[in-house]
Amino acid sequence: MAGRGSINLAFRLALVSALGATALPAAEIGDAGNGAVIWGDCAGCHEIGPEAKNAIGPKLNGIFGRRAAGLPDFDYSKSLTRAGRDGVVWTLETLDAYIANPRTFASGTRMSYPGLDDPGKRADLLAFLRDFSDRPRDIPEAAPTARRTLPELPPDILALQGDPEFGEYLASECQACHQASGADEGIPSITLWPEENFVLAMHAYKQKLRPHPVMQMMAGRLTEEEIAALAAYFATLTE
Amino acid sequence: MTLNRRGFLGTIAATGAVLAAPAVLGQTKPRVVVIGGGAGGATCARYLARDSDGAIDVTLVEPAEVYYTCFFSNLYIGGFREFESLAHRYDKLTGEHGITHARAMAEGVDRDAGTVTLAGGEVLAYDRLVIAPGIDFVEGSVPGWDLSRAEIMPHAYKAGPQTQILKSQVEAMPEGGTFCMVAPPNPYRCPPGPYERISMVAHVLKARNPTAKILLVDPKDKYSKQALFEEGWEKHYSGMITRIGPDFGAANVEVRPDAMEVVIDGEVEKVDVCNVIPAQKAGMIAEAAGVTDDKGWAPVNPHSMASRADPRVFVLGDASAQGDMPKSGFSANSQAKVAAMVIRSELTGSKAFPAKYSNTCWSLIDTDDGVKVGASYEATDEKIASVDSFISQTGEDADLRKATYEESLGWYAGITADIFG
Repeated sequence: MAGRGSINLAFRLALVSALGATALPAAEIGDAGNGAVIWGDCAGCHEIGPEAKNAIGPKLNGIFGRRAAGLPDFDYSKSLTRAGRDGVVWTLETLDAYIANPRTFASGTRMSYPGLDDPGKRADLLAFLRDFSDRPRDIPEAAPTARRTLPELPPDILALQGDPEFGEYLASECQACHQASGADEGIPSITLWPEENFVLAMHAYKQKLRPHPVMQMMAGRLTEEEIAALAAYFATLTE
Repeated sequence: MTLNRRGFLGTIAATGAVLAAPAVLGQTKPRVVVIGGGAGGATCARYLARDSDGAIDVTLVEPAEVYYTCFFSNLYIGGFREFESLAHRYDKLTGEHGITHARAMAEGVDRDAGTVTLAGGEVLAYDRLVIAPGIDFVEGSVPGWDLSRAEIMPHAYKAGPQTQILKSQVEAMPEGGTFCMVAPPNPYRCPPGPYERISMVAHVLKARNPTAKILLVDPKDKYSKQALFEEGWEKHYSGMITRIGPDFGAANVEVRPDAMEVVIDGEVEKVDVCNVIPAQKAGMIAEAAGVTDDKGWAPVNPHSMASRADPRVFVLGDASAQGDMPKSGFSANSQAKVAAMVIRSELTGSKAFPAKYSNTCWSLIDTDDGVKVGASYEATDEKIASVDSFISQTGEDADLRKATYEESLGWYAGITADIFG
């Protein structure tokens, strides 16, 4: 395990300051508090919360992950009913598009709302709505609560490229399923893969050219640098 | 031994200790005490000891000599695995990684002094403490049931003898009898777990006792993988399983173990086996350490898994309140790696990297009919937030379901090797 135990202070400082500056982790959808204020424009027709009932518009509890026109006891427009039949599900992306311009999304919708141009305000409203849908902790397949941010790494952090120690940390996620010993029943071995093949495979998952959903998700959030670090680490394994 | 009397001075002392952390190199070796030898604790102990090459003194506090995984214990009930296949020992952690196994219950934590007291009186000092005790049950959450009745109406939600009791009760059910499960309210360990168990019980009854009935009393409107389970139950066990939800009074349930009765919203049902899975909270030691909130879980910093109440204490797995990750062995294992990376960095100056988390849960519905759900997570300042997820689809073909089941077997082998060495 190359490099273990050595402390590169300059590197650590660079990393820490970069983390602080670029807010590497995921971003919340938006500010639910601001969203509650925007909700005032919706509340004339829609209800939300524990006591919510259908009104002029359908109640919006549990809207995330629900099929369009999905409440059995609300009389939807033909346009939204058709969208639901065609498989439209309300997600961050579809709700965002619908709220931005309802009639562009579903031309015959009865929702009289003109649309909300400001993406930041839409994000705030979506964050507010998200608080009334299923929590992933309880129902793991529930819709995301944050938007993934792929970080734009400043040049000094590009020193991470091919860092086996970083790769070792990242590889611990792989080893929840793939055994370091190379055992390969049910789940294939990735030990002693040539570096180039490894990089190609990860990018193939990232672009969804390889089909496995777990790997598409895992590789989908790896940056180029992280893939390089993983490849460098796996190349250092000697057994 | 409960220490909730931490005042201003205690906070200053703890903060000072963190800032001075690399200086503990001056003492012998930095000491980490890990309470709990499950998916969170054992993984964290192993990664700390292995990756620090002996620079950190790691003690694992766990009364059991043999750990039985809760994950895959439903497959034992269904007859797909031997009980012994769930058993794992700590000999590799102690032998290969030099971890000290303190075989006792942790009874108290003095966060001001930085010590853990074990049953029997031994006191362990720590520079960092990891608390990974899993769950305990909320007293009184199912009226009529408490732990003293668990041999009559087993919970089987901590694997071991309880799992064996439930399996033998299912196998001994009278012909045409009724199996009842009282499912837990959110949040609880392993969201699809109760429903995989229903599937496994149905699998056993279909072969041995096909006129038997299954009654699922569930206080929740919705549950994990619901469409997949409902499709599978209709396909494999049509007519056998009845679910009573909150709209039919399932949130108002009482049990009478001596009479083998379940009272649902005033209606008395006579049953032959009753699996009571009560409401849950963090394992007792988390509360004793004063790191839990009013809901009974321990809030943590999403970037590190350090307790919001004390940066020298880390809480992993089911016991933690972290945000979006389900309470699962996979989640605990994932969180343990982040905590180990952060603790090593604080104590030995190794590199620190951004936290990354993931989870996948496989469930078996019937022979070769496996499904899965998973998600990836990132740390925000507020919580661990989900950023992407996937789930098996209804209507998948038999080959894909079989491959998913085989994948789950590979995962079990992989993760238990990752946890226990």
